[in-house]
Amino acid sequence: MPDTILVVVEQREGKLNRVSWETITAGQAIAAATGWTLEAAVVGASASSIAAEVAGKKVAKVYAVESPKLEPYTPDAFAAGLKQLLAASHSKLVLMPHTYQVRDFVPKLATAMGRTVISDCIGFTYENGKLVFTRQMFQGKFAADVSFASDAPWFATFQNGAFRGDKAESGASAAPIETVKVEIADGVIRNKPQEVFKEAKQAVDLTQAEIIVSVGRGIKEQKNIEIAKQLAEALGGDLAASRPICDSGWLPMDRQIGSSGQTVAPKLYLALGISGAIQHIVGMKGSRTIIAINKDSEAPIFEIADYAIVANLFDIVPPLIEEVKKAKAGS
Amino acid sequence: MKILVCMKQVPQKDAPLKLNETGAWIREDVSYEVNEPDAYALEEALRQKEKHTGEVVVITSGPARSQQVLREALAKGADRAIHLEDNAFVGLDAFNTAKAFAAAIKDEKFDLIFTGLQSDDYGYAQTGVILAELLGSPHATIIMQIEKTDSGIRVKRELEAGFFQFVDMPLPAVLTIQSGINKLRYATLIGIKQAKNKPLRKVMLAEVQSAIGENLQKIERLYVPQKTKKTEHIEGSASEIAKKLVDKLRNELRVL
Repeated sequence: MPDTILVVVEQREGKLNRVSWETITAGQAIAAATGWTLEAAVVGASASSIAAEVAGKKVAKVYAVESPKLEPYTPDAFAAGLKQLLAASHSKLVLMPHTYQVRDFVPKLATAMGRTVISDCIGFTYENGKLVFTRQMFQGKFAADVSFASDAPWFATFQNGAFRGDKAESGASAAPIETVKVEIADGVIRNKPQEVFKEAKQAVDLTQAEIIVSVGRGIKEQKNIEIAKQLAEALGGDLAASRPICDSGWLPMDRQIGSSGQTVAPKLYLALGISGAIQHIVGMKGSRTIIAINKDSEAPIFEIADYAIVANLFDIVPPLIEEVKKAKAGS
Repeated sequence: MKILVCMKQVPQKDAPLKLNETGAWIREDVSYEVNEPDAYALEEALRQKEKHTGEVVVITSGPARSQQVLREALAKGADRAIHLEDNAFVGLDAFNTAKAFAAAIKDEKFDLIFTGLQSDDYGYAQTGVILAELLGSPHATIIMQIEKTDSGIRVKRELEAGFFQFVDMPLPAVLTIQSGINKLRYATLIGIKQAKNKPLRKVMLAEVQSAIGENLQKIERLYVPQKTKKTEHIEGSASEIAKKLVDKLRNELRVL
């Protein structure tokens, strides 16, 4: 039997999470490099309609892994269900998106099988028969090449945005779907999840903003938020922040950009005193132009900035506000 | 409630990092601090203890320097500490770190085990979940609220894009804690004084060696990431920079 790669796509309440297409693209790229066969799996109470959607892509087979106990999501049921699938599919490499849900169950699944997960990867290389994954470490200051030192199945998760979902190739014809009914015994599921909800106070929608002025730790004190606010007002933009600022209560949570907040893609993203931790970057790297002001020349935000200003934001922002006002008055 | 908090010492956020001669790790002569989500995990444990009484135990692994994290936790109110002290622990993958922790606490019964949701150095976001599986406990990740109930606990999980979910679960359980779940306290002078007399158990590598094995994944090399984007540096005095930026905003980005 040839070696196989299994991409486990993610569904939420019967809908495919779009980030799954990125993982399919990643799987197709690894399949092309290694010559291994690519398969996919959908896990849920009823997985067939999403399985049909995935079967349109260039994959050899799609498993619809089903049990009534897989809805609602629990880590216990997902780990148990996928363990049964993997015992039958003999996958060499298992790929998933690095979502909060995957983070919740994949370390458990791998551990239950005595295996490991290389998590939050941004790329891979395959040279001389060796598969190596690239991931960020030290908050993005370094990249690391990481390899598996254990037996298959190998588990890896990919960071949101590491591959292009719209580049997932379609197949010449629909891939066959194999329904796998898994048995999840009573007592396996210990958690009782309630309904998913959104906090009522989530009032600010930054996803439509054209200009965002965003503040990070470098703002130092709550009272200094004011100058960022003035700059945002002068530019006609919205004020946002990285997680620590919202954690401190200096700005409300609904102004947070990043994996736990909003994902934005404005024309201009002006980052003030933001170091650029991965969790923040994933929420704003799609911005058309990124200007970063930070006094630390090694801050990871500069890796993705179009314009870099290595300086104290408190020196730059006040004259910048004046210049913006002048420019607007003159236009 | 008896609560264990797993903590980690990581390089300070703005510490300039350099590669060491192996090319697979950093030079360790930098300033360190507690991994931020772990500080929130400790704070949450202290608050739970204040509400429900009990004991808060903190654990870390790493060389002598990492004891600082435990000392600070004891000063903030933790009751005792466990230090797996050896430089070798730094290089363990998440699987083996969790195995070492499980071995070090095998004679204890905790109602709750907290970890931060991920570390600022490796960023694997796995140790807590792995530990739960090794101990046979249920777990929940990225937790923003914990309440005791008649049958166990009710936790608030943070999902993506501003969504949340409450989950009821039995004890004992393992939770990974999100930053911002609470407001951190400072250690008091009296707390710092008292910390000196609190028990700190050292666990040597030899004591847990049989529990851990070869790493299941290997860092081949570490390197400064290649830039994919062309970045233009804007330099000069503050007023020059402001003028140049406005020129860009107006004539190149056309947002003014």
